[in-house]
Amino acid sequence: MRRQFQSPIVLLGARLLSPYIMVFGWYVIIHGHYSPGGGFQGGALLAASVLLIRVAGGRRVARLQIQEFATTPLAVIGVVIYFATGLVAMAMGGYFLDYSALPIPGMEPEWLRYTGILIIEVGIGLAVMAILVMIYDNMVRGEDYA
Amino acid sequence: MFAGILIFAASDLPYRGDPDNLMHAEESITGTTVKGNYFIKNAYRDTRTPNMVTVVLGDYRSIDTFGEQVVIYTAGLITLLVLRKTRRRRA
Repeated sequence: MRRQFQSPIVLLGARLLSPYIMVFGWYVIIHGHYSPGGGFQGGALLAASVLLIRVAGGRRVARLQIQEFATTPLAVIGVVIYFATGLVAMAMGGYFLDYSALPIPGMEPEWLRYTGILIIEVGIGLAVMAILVMIYDNMVRGEDYA
Repeated sequence: MFAGILIFAASDLPYRGDPDNLMHAEESITGTTVKGNYFIKNAYRDTRTPNMVTVVLGDYRSIDTFGEQVVIYTAGLITLLVLRKTRRRRA
């Protein structure tokens, strides 16, 4: 049986890299209006930063960041953000996912569409991040990784 | 050899961004209107967003993107159902 050990150097490198990857993920999500990017790509980057800590640090360290039971509600929140945006637009008299009917006061319809795209991109990013982390957690469940 | 065929086919593609391309025309060969022309013309005017791909994904075709998100969500739920370690009861 192989002995499992924790390497402080690997953990330090992962701790150094992870926040920058996470910031870059949010940048990709929010800057998706002006450059290549968007919810799916940014969510994958956020998941990369979370999974790096999980791979390097093991369960005991990963529990401090995003707990295992928290990933499913995060995914649901991401999907619900998207769906609620569409439903609110429909309830305010527009079509489903017609962002120009969103009830944000003092904005022209064009900027409302801009804001609506931003909201759903954040929802997509949250859902993708939570689901990738959830898949990893379920695959290593029961094994004492790292 | 297959790569040679692909390269030969790619050498005949139209230039990128050429306004005379068929996919940028207002009417296709069969006489129907092309939606891409509308998107190119009105994407910035409708949403004030310079990235046209984001506008098409997030606004014009947002129900399709919602479907993609639901697909990913379903994949996550299936891993939750299949891979979760449950204590098997022996009868």
